[in-house]
Amino acid sequence: MAKIWVDDKWYEVGADQSLLEACLELGFDLPYFCWHPALGSVGACRQCAVKQYRDEKDTRGRLVMSCMTPASEGARISIKDADAASFRAGVVEGLMQNHPHDCPVCDEGGECHLQDMTVMTGHNYRQTTYPKRTFRNQNLGPLINHEMNRCIQCYRCVRYYREYAGGRDLDAFASRNQVFFGRHQEGTLQNEFAGNLVEICPTGVFTDKTLKKHYTRKWDLQMAPSVCVHCGLGCNTTAAERYGSLRRILNRYNGHVNGYFLCDRGRFGYEFVRGEQRIKQTLARQDGKLKPLPKAKAIEQLGRVLPGNQKVIGIGSPRASLEANFALRTLVGPERFFSGMSDQGSHLVSLMEEILRQGPARTPSLSEIEISDAVLVLGEDVTNVAPRIALALRQSVRQQPMEFTDKLKIPRWLDHAVREAIQDVKGPLFIAAPSATRLDDAATATYRAAPDDLARLGFAIAHALDPQAPDVPDLAAGARSLAEQIAAALKSAKRPLVISGPSSSSAAVIEAAANVARGLAKAGQAVGLAFTMPEANSLGANLMGGGDLSAAFKAVEEGRADTVIILENDLYLKAPAAAVDRFLDAARHVIAIDYLSTPTVAKSELALPAGAFAESDGTLVSSEGRAQRFFQAYIPKDDIQQSWRWLIEMMRAAGRSEAESWSTLDDVIAALAQGISALAKITEAAPSAKFRKLGEKIARAPNRYSGRTSMLANINVSEPKPPDDPDSALAFSMEGYQEHPPPSLTPFFWAPGWNSIQSLNKFQSEIKGPLRGGDPGVRLIEPPETANGSFFSSVPKPFAARPEEWLLVPLYHIFGSEELSRQAPAVAELAPKPYLAVNSEDAAHLQVQAGDQIEVNLAGTAHRLPVAIHPDLPKGIAGFPAGVVSLEGTGLLAWSKLSRL
Amino acid sequence: MLSPEERHEIEAEIAHYPDKRAVCIDAMKVVQKHRGWVSDEALGDVAEFLGMSVDELDSVATFYNLIFRKPVGRHVIMVCDSVSCWLMGYDRVRDHLTSRLGIQLGETTPDGRFTLLPIVCLGTCDHAPAMMVDNELHRDLDAEKIDSILEQYK
Repeated sequence: MAKIWVDDKWYEVGADQSLLEACLELGFDLPYFCWHPALGSVGACRQCAVKQYRDEKDTRGRLVMSCMTPASEGARISIKDADAASFRAGVVEGLMQNHPHDCPVCDEGGECHLQDMTVMTGHNYRQTTYPKRTFRNQNLGPLINHEMNRCIQCYRCVRYYREYAGGRDLDAFASRNQVFFGRHQEGTLQNEFAGNLVEICPTGVFTDKTLKKHYTRKWDLQMAPSVCVHCGLGCNTTAAERYGSLRRILNRYNGHVNGYFLCDRGRFGYEFVRGEQRIKQTLARQDGKLKPLPKAKAIEQLGRVLPGNQKVIGIGSPRASLEANFALRTLVGPERFFSGMSDQGSHLVSLMEEILRQGPARTPSLSEIEISDAVLVLGEDVTNVAPRIALALRQSVRQQPMEFTDKLKIPRWLDHAVREAIQDVKGPLFIAAPSATRLDDAATATYRAAPDDLARLGFAIAHALDPQAPDVPDLAAGARSLAEQIAAALKSAKRPLVISGPSSSSAAVIEAAANVARGLAKAGQAVGLAFTMPEANSLGANLMGGGDLSAAFKAVEEGRADTVIILENDLYLKAPAAAVDRFLDAARHVIAIDYLSTPTVAKSELALPAGAFAESDGTLVSSEGRAQRFFQAYIPKDDIQQSWRWLIEMMRAAGRSEAESWSTLDDVIAALAQGISALAKITEAAPSAKFRKLGEKIARAPNRYSGRTSMLANINVSEPKPPDDPDSALAFSMEGYQEHPPPSLTPFFWAPGWNSIQSLNKFQSEIKGPLRGGDPGVRLIEPPETANGSFFSSVPKPFAARPEEWLLVPLYHIFGSEELSRQAPAVAELAPKPYLAVNSEDAAHLQVQAGDQIEVNLAGTAHRLPVAIHPDLPKGIAGFPAGVVSLEGTGLLAWSKLSRL
Repeated sequence: MLSPEERHEIEAEIAHYPDKRAVCIDAMKVVQKHRGWVSDEALGDVAEFLGMSVDELDSVATFYNLIFRKPVGRHVIMVCDSVSCWLMGYDRVRDHLTSRLGIQLGETTPDGRFTLLPIVCLGTCDHAPAMMVDNELHRDLDAEKIDSILEQYK
């Protein structure tokens, strides 16, 4: 702690802070541009000037940049000082000389940091009469809009993009008055985290291009805290609505999870909610086709099928909320409930959960991943599977080098000095995966091999750490020495981390990762073990229990069941098409609840339109084991309602007693917490619907929300009453509590004078730290104090390429591999075309070249695909884009002949 | 494609530094020496050779006014517009050059003989006004002198 004087009053501030951070943390309104809490200080914009005094006798003082000056013990500064204030106003005036003042047509207007800072400094009238410099803008792809004339040269964009996110195709060009931020040539920004430029840019140079198609000002949006559904990490988001449709996704800060940043899939995948694939009406099969049916009739139909029916089974979903899954489980009974994961997926997720539960390694949060100082990634391409981890790992490789800059006494927030001292030195990061990954440029060493060989490397590392772990006797010399190098790096680290997951469809890979973690833990190290999860609620679905898909199929096959309720799940992605067809054809009644018109929905007899994430309330369990609540941003139109509500109606139709006592989300949560002890703590994920602040519900819309009295005037001139929300403490209105709701109920960040996302500073208990009141979410899995269990011992045999067959391995793509986001047009545009990849040697053997058609035969089905050459793929392996080409089915790796066409 | 000669000269520069990206300016000067300017294609080749992205290299290229990213004439005239030359008659020099050559600053004559560019300070303030043609400095300029200088460059 340090004691500093600000305008003749003293304050206690944290040690190792700049004056700017200290002042913002104390709640002062001190303007800034180039500083960003995640990027540190560079002193480029001169906006945060304050007067600093030598001691109490110094009356003259001198101007300093508060972002570049440490808040050292006894520092005396003045923010109000007239010189400092006029200097700051002058800086804005200078920056505004070339700014087009086009706020009315600018997408940033109303949430623009430049607007806020201009007002804050008191610069009101433009005095220059010179012509403004203008630029030609670039098309930066389907996600980001570029409008360079608005630029104020703060350099945040290139600092974030290049230094923080590792991108190399955005840069600053030219000099002086002509400085231009963009690409060397027009084209799509290649970095997977480019979308954060929208929030990094303090004005409207980089804006959300998808929002542009259905633009709404921030003040006119109705918002709710949400959780991303496009991978298992559970990044916190803000979902925003106007006129009954989802308009955009913004990052919602969670100090333990996503911090300030999202990946582009998470930010731009939301458009599936608005898409053509949505089911909006209740559909029933009539004359062999699904046709709209009034909702009441559908309930009647359920009333004919469900009561007394002893042959109903329910298939849950790893992408549906705990509440929806639990409602289905209650409707059909636990023994007739199936988790909805593929057989292999269910097996691997159970294995991972077991490992995390047993310890000794603890699963770290994303913010803990960021400060790991030696990392092994085993069998995952994190950028494409759990993207936000990749951004965290780019910061983790700076941890060891920053220990060196600590010794030089360079404060960590002094960003440019730290980077100059570090240069290109990176801490240990080892990536073992079947193919090249997008993070390889940050890696100390990479290892590319078939899944079994990846596992063997992992087992060998564990053995090098602890001789009690099983050895891999016949390991090749190169892999052996790499294993020893990795073991040594992990062993000498303070916060080592192992990352693995199910992407290689290999239990051995997961077990090997667990062995490495156990080896480190046994040596007394505070090791983290992070697993990626296939879907947004995979871990939650697993904690809920329920058999795998084969068991469900068997129940119908053996005649124990004939009525199937499928919740938010496309079975064709989980099992081979033939098996799913057999199952759905054999069942007498198939009832699907979903928001998208999937092939599974197409086979159903009754399809009930469900609310997507922004239209529903519920809880998801992230891969960290963190239960997080998401809330409706709006009530969906037409027949759409939340899945668990459909299920309550089904219970009522079936004459179940629970239907009487369940009417709100809290009722379902209470029953769930009571019924499943592993999930008991989810009640703590967010306050209940009874929560009030100053006697009020929390407003979903900002104070300035406009047009409410007239927005439905085309239908009825009388303004309807805003809808009630019995399920949460949030109100569908701007009326209600606005200031500092509990973090898990914060629908948007706004503070007087701070309309942009920078208002976040006012919501944190310390800058870059937790939100006031604690970061949202509750961890469900903690390892026991004393470790038990032992090393896994089944080391696989080395991978042997077969003479005329190839092992088909899914290769993941951030855009295209995930089921929901690939329905979003902007994401679909960036998804790869189908391909089958082999290495050059195998291509020569097959006598094919890139682009030639090749045939894959799998379970009696022939697939034709164009060949792609991936020089880095191991011999004997063929890669295909997961999700883009469906060869998975079983989730198990399959061998196939490949024939040239 | 970089010519063998260009490669050779760039490699000679690389030998002086621990990191080959450090020679990016010299590498572009090598290319410019041989070709007069640095095209997008040449920029891509140099970037690849030095392990940089084209964007990174272009960021450096566009910062420097003496790396030409557009074609220039056979001879480049750089006329000083700094304070001493300005006091001593830069305006007259510029006007004479533009009327004589029939081009404005930043342009190239239609026959490709001259490109006319402004520059800040040639370090010869005691002999202002001054200009540089290619690598030769010309001082104490007046209209007559300029005419005879231009005659030297075909």
